[in-house]
Amino acid sequence: MKYLANVSTLQFFSDKCTGCGRCVEVCPHGVFEMRDKRANLIDRDRCMECGACAKNCEFSAITVNTGVGCAAAIINSLIYGGAPSCDCSGTGSSCCG
Amino acid sequence: MQTVKFVKKETPRWVSGVIKTPAGAVSRVSSDWSRTDMLGMIKSRVGAYRMHYTVPPGLYAVGEATRDSDVFVTANYKLSFDIVRRALKGMDAWVLVLDTKSINVWCAAGKGTFGTDELVRQISLARLSEVVSHGRIILPQLGAVGVSAARVHKETGFRVSFGPVEARDIPAYVAAGYKKTKEMSLVKFSMLDRLVLTPMEINPVMKKYPWFAGAVLLLFGLAPTGILFKQAWQGGMPFLALGLAAVFAGAFVTPVLLPFVPFRSFAMKGWITGLLITFLTMQAMGGATGQSALLLAAIYLFFPALSSYIALQFTGSTTYTGMSGVNKELKIGIPLYIIITVASLLLVVLFKLREWEVL
Repeated sequence: MKYLANVSTLQFFSDKCTGCGRCVEVCPHGVFEMRDKRANLIDRDRCMECGACAKNCEFSAITVNTGVGCAAAIINSLIYGGAPSCDCSGTGSSCCG
Repeated sequence: MQTVKFVKKETPRWVSGVIKTPAGAVSRVSSDWSRTDMLGMIKSRVGAYRMHYTVPPGLYAVGEATRDSDVFVTANYKLSFDIVRRALKGMDAWVLVLDTKSINVWCAAGKGTFGTDELVRQISLARLSEVVSHGRIILPQLGAVGVSAARVHKETGFRVSFGPVEARDIPAYVAAGYKKTKEMSLVKFSMLDRLVLTPMEINPVMKKYPWFAGAVLLLFGLAPTGILFKQAWQGGMPFLALGLAAVFAGAFVTPVLLPFVPFRSFAMKGWITGLLITFLTMQAMGGATGQSALLLAAIYLFFPALSSYIALQFTGSTTYTGMSGVNKELKIGIPLYIIITVASLLLVVLFKLREWEVL
């Protein structure tokens, strides 16, 4: 399953990559692959902007705008202000648990 | 050391004794699920029960854990913990439970509660470096959203490996020498995965349904002479049924059939299933015959859009939608939803005015 094309903010600077392989280890959608001892960005459209790769890249070779891809969270933030968050505890039972 | 201690009569069924370590006694847990555990899983899948379904954070043992046994980290959402201890059946291992406020690993990692600081804190509270000698810990892969392996290493000396996404792959991962197959590192979203999420899509919407029902009955019951109950019911009933059908389309049919509904956009997926279910519901209620053209227009404008809006909420529960995509959908969607709602309301009002022979 793939979501909308050409929307992900994922950026990969291959010149900074040392080939440690952390991004391949953490990406849940196989966006990166190791080739010739370097990471390769093979499919940006699979990226869900979770941010695991950027957080674990010690060499700042990856940037991505992370955030919750949740319509309810984004609508809440539009109405009540603040950044979108999964924190639906105010409404009690909705959202992730 | 912060050992997890239970007063005798409070000891849960899943605790089966203690293991002594240089850092104190550690509760040993069973890998079997009792009926209480099964029931807890079901209750936490459907409602607010999940918010308090928790285990005390800290270190636990499985089997005859020793200084050489692996350490697996998880969240203190009891269902996450249960799935891990079940996956470790027959192994000797440690389980370090982080305080994620009863939230699963992935969501908690997104919020930062399953995060670097909490992991560092629990490693030190459990005096883990005295319990094991190998200096390695294994995290669920999805925890990587909140945990920087490099920082954990710097602050505690422990080297982090991100294991498989699913706890059930842990035995195979360990047997392969701590190597993941590509399959093990991909997050899936099977029909069953989607099906178990639908109660939490339907419940929040149905909480708002009484408001919709009240508005519909009021609108149709309204007459120049006051509110007529017979009219409210006769005119409103089809709308109430169509409302339920739209919830069914957006919160159940769309999630379950997700990859089979055309388009990648959730708003489009929900609109398509909504249109189909609205049509089928209309057929079941005797078709369009005898319906005013104004009401028909309002029905086919509003209910597919309602289903579309509800389906869009499912983006919060999937394993593959990102924020930029949802933002794009909302930017186009929200103005449309508002226009459609206002337009269909106007059509119904127009119908009422005709009915009252004002127009």
